[in-house]
Amino acid sequence: MAKVKCPECGEEIETTGIITVCPGCNADMRHVMEEVGHERAERMKTIARDDSVTTHEFIVRTRDLRKIYVMGEVEVPALRDVDLDVRRGEYLSIMGPSGSGKSTLFNMIGGLDKPTGGRCFIEEVDMAQLDAFELAWLRCRKIGYIFQTFNLIPVMTALENVTLPMIFAGMGTDEMMDRGRELLELVGLDDRLDHKPYELSGGQQQRVAVARALANAPAIILADEPTGNLDLQTGKEIIDLLKELNQESGVTVISATHDLKMIDVSDRIVHIRDGEVERIEHRADLKLEIGTLGSEIEDAE
Amino acid sequence: MLDVKGLARLVGGGAEEGAKIQRQMTLPWGDAFRISLRNVTIRLGRAFITASGIVLGIAFLSSVWTGAVIQEGLERSERAHLEELAQATAVGGADEKSTQDLIAAAEQARKSRASRQAWLVVMSLLVCGVGITNAMLMSVTERFQEIGTMKCLGALDNFIVRLFLIEAALLGVLGSLLGALLGHMAMLGIFAIRERTFSVAAKMDWSQMLFYLVIAVLIGTVLSLIAAIAPAIRAARMRPAVALQSEI
Ligand SMILES: Nc1ncnc2c1ncn2[C@@H]1O[C@H](COP(=O)(O)OP(=O)(O)OP(=O)(O)O)[C@@H](O)[C@H]1O
Ligand SMILES: [Mg+2]
Repeated sequence: MAKVKCPECGEEIETTGIITVCPGCNADMRHVMEEVGHERAERMKTIARDDSVTTHEFIVRTRDLRKIYVMGEVEVPALRDVDLDVRRGEYLSIMGPSGSGKSTLFNMIGGLDKPTGGRCFIEEVDMAQLDAFELAWLRCRKIGYIFQTFNLIPVMTALENVTLPMIFAGMGTDEMMDRGRELLELVGLDDRLDHKPYELSGGQQQRVAVARALANAPAIILADEPTGNLDLQTGKEIIDLLKELNQESGVTVISATHDLKMIDVSDRIVHIRDGEVERIEHRADLKLEIGTLGSEIEDAE
Repeated sequence: MLDVKGLARLVGGGAEEGAKIQRQMTLPWGDAFRISLRNVTIRLGRAFITASGIVLGIAFLSSVWTGAVIQEGLERSERAHLEELAQATAVGGADEKSTQDLIAAAEQARKSRASRQAWLVVMSLLVCGVGITNAMLMSVTERFQEIGTMKCLGALDNFIVRLFLIEAALLGVLGSLLGALLGHMAMLGIFAIRERTFSVAAKMDWSQMLFYLVIAVLIGTVLSLIAAIAPAIRAARMRPAVALQSEI
């Protein structure tokens, strides 16, 4: 999000950089937006950072990943032998109906839960081999999480929420504050640093969450229905923000979603159903088959 | 494919920072204290409900002890009075035996009351323990989501435990201080009304009273720490996915 001023009527507009005309006077805003875009692109480049010495082609891989929830006598298979390779720098969406296992997959990839069977690799490291400390390290520095319910710490201000992972990472106070401010500025919340979550709108809270996910310059952003609790416009802003990050800084974005707006920005879409990968679509294919996409939207709605 | 050493590469990844610094995961005590204090002060109403178990238990304990100290003070002055009387009667050669009897009877009563009091103290500690354990359990359970989130951000289990123990200690100190004062004043009031005079306060041993109050606060703090340990550890050990999923 950026604030721009219309050169014609002087109106202040808050935008992700997608508008082309001023909503006030219909003046052409394209060159202004281009400028803003360039400026942000430069800053975005360093905000997330993939600093692995070795650069494997696949940043996340799962092999025969299986998760069975046991509830008393009943066994609920939530994931059945999922094989998934996620390329470095990819924007991947995981789509599927409710209960298909999206959140379960999110938890496995994020090291938030243990699979019943199979393996999950991050940078070719088998997560099952990591001890508690290494897992915490991974969660702190390699992965940034975004949740449907925002999950900000309610007693902390926006800035404190963003700097909390930096405390865990042992960053110095000054550096931490500077980076926290910069991140919040990048998501367009520089005037909300000291606001508590309940003083922010849903979209603003989610933007704080995006800034927090970027706290320690992760290589992967994992998002579980990041737009699920937001209205259309606000959801679009978050998606644009994620896409911008993905494009400018090369951070890998993996997002579980019902949201068809995600289709436009995704490099690949993994459809899962009943815990199995049903099919994988590439954006390149999608563009060729607009007809298929149309019918799919009808299916989903 | 099974590359355990891979993490070392990840960890050592930051070219400009050394691997040691990168491995570090910290929650400095200062920050932990700040976060815990914030949790207490911002959710003051909630904190007070949590602390009410401590306040009640310690108030009970403190009232029992205050009663004992007042009673002792009263008896001491009465005994002094009786001994004076005994001396006077001895000089007068009158009924010496009956004043001696009175003193012995008072001694007897004191002993039986002391044992009853021990029971009351044990009871009040039980009340206190149950109240605090319950309160701590609730304050941990209702924050599962927050704990899960913190673990996603890289918190180690012991960070979570640390935060809850600091919070328990803060609640313990404040709650038992309040409880000790409340119980003390209530008992003082009751005795003042019963004896129809504020001289009870003058007759009591204040240094002993202060000692008891300090002990009561200590007990309250230690009890709330003990009560918080188990739920805090249990919550900290939860897998983040489970913690995040739990609804309140
Ligand atoms: N903790 C749990 N215990 C038992 N069963 C579970 C648990 N979590 C998920 N499940 C089951 O696993 C399956 C997959 O759930 P999951 O939450 O991954 O679905 P989802 O695709 O994220 O759905 P939604 O779009 O509604 O969020 C469901 O059938 C669900 O009932
Ligand atoms: Mg879900």
